[in-house]
Amino acid sequence: MITIVDYGMGNLGSGFNMFKKIGVSSRITSDLEEIKSAKKLLLPGVGSFDKAMEKINTSGIKEVLDQKVLVEETPILGICLGMQLLTNSSEEGTEKGLGYINASGKKFIFNDNKMKVPHMGWNTVKKATPSLLTQDFEEESRFYFVHSYYVEVENQENSILKTTYGLEFDSAIQHKNVYGAQFHPEKSHKFGMKLFENFAKI
Amino acid sequence: MLQTRIIPCLLLKDESLVKTVNFKKPAYIGDPVNTARIFNELEVDELVLLDISATNNNRKPDFKILAELANECFMPLAYGGGINNFEDAKKIFKIGIEKIIINSVTFTNPSLITQLSEHFGNQAIVVSIDVKKNMFGKYQVYSNSGTKKQKVDPVAWAQKLEQLGTGEILLTAIHQEGTWNGFDIDLLEKVSNAVNIPVIANGGAASINNIVKAVKQGCASAVCLGSMVVYQNKGMGVLVNFPNKTDLDNALNNNIKNI
Repeated sequence: MITIVDYGMGNLGSGFNMFKKIGVSSRITSDLEEIKSAKKLLLPGVGSFDKAMEKINTSGIKEVLDQKVLVEETPILGICLGMQLLTNSSEEGTEKGLGYINASGKKFIFNDNKMKVPHMGWNTVKKATPSLLTQDFEEESRFYFVHSYYVEVENQENSILKTTYGLEFDSAIQHKNVYGAQFHPEKSHKFGMKLFENFAKI
Repeated sequence: MLQTRIIPCLLLKDESLVKTVNFKKPAYIGDPVNTARIFNELEVDELVLLDISATNNNRKPDFKILAELANECFMPLAYGGGINNFEDAKKIFKIGIEKIIINSVTFTNPSLITQLSEHFGNQAIVVSIDVKKNMFGKYQVYSNSGTKKQKVDPVAWAQKLEQLGTGEILLTAIHQEGTWNGFDIDLLEKVSNAVNIPVIANGGAASINNIVKAVKQGCASAVCLGSMVVYQNKGMGVLVNFPNKTDLDNALNNNIKNI
């Protein structure tokens, strides 16, 4: 059972639909007790960094997540903005991130008007540090991305996938039980299903 | 490398999928959810669904069909048609649709773009610009499914939309739509080069060559396909299909490298 954390932002239905498709049960909840009892957590997110952190901080979800992730070492997967929230900070805002992974968000800045921001569309990934999350990925796995900020890890060992858009950035990260994917597995056909299956097996 | 998005564009009218020519003569194609399911199996990059009669019939989006679609499709979905307020947009996002497409409302209430984009992020807000070339070769912008002429220039309007917070522009050449005569490259190039947000080319695609031209010469970030993916060929019967991915990749990558 995967617990999808509803903190008021993000596309919750799509993750739920994909877990259903691969035969993994999941529930969408904002209830603190349900989050406390979670075996595995999914942190989705679409929107702005500060707004998301404010909601997590004021709803009491932050304390519960800290306990689950840092003390109980429950596996957590952050997606898109959800991954950026796992890091220390982002150039997008002034709020502090959850700080579970030593990394931070930077803005894509290009001078060439052919390099559009957000980085939007299907892009390939290159494996970096081996991880259970990316096990048995097909060669040329591709994923759907939509983001204006990218994550840069402090320690290369925390980078598990890399993607190039103008520059090379960390498209999936891991530190112990904490996992993040910049792209949207729930919108990436069989490639996303593989990642979700891997997460469900961890 | 970021791949060019090639997007089937499906037209909904009274709960059925149809295909038009120059925004007229809707011909029956099939059931929307079944067709979307086939495109999901074909692993297409993204899907656009436009309800072409909602606004003119003063109807709300068909939330039931949208929910069925979101259950079946594991790729990004964009929906347009009949969205004219914040609450309906919110409902569509909640269903699991990533992007909304608006057009007519942007002329009556342009501030809605800003409101939506601030709340949901500009990546979720697509504005559609429908353009018709008149007999003097001048480009004119239309709303309400091509029935209402608007006094704006397509390039200036695109720039204005970007300022208001639009994340993407769906640019449709009405005079090319459904004709199998290729995209209006001149129009595409003018608009794409005037804005920093992605422009999706729509109207006229008949071949992989047309797609390559839209990207290479027209500077489109993405391309919509209509007739090409619902008919076997020009003048032939309905066949839901999609160009071979390897052929597409090869054509796009080789040509882009040659710029």
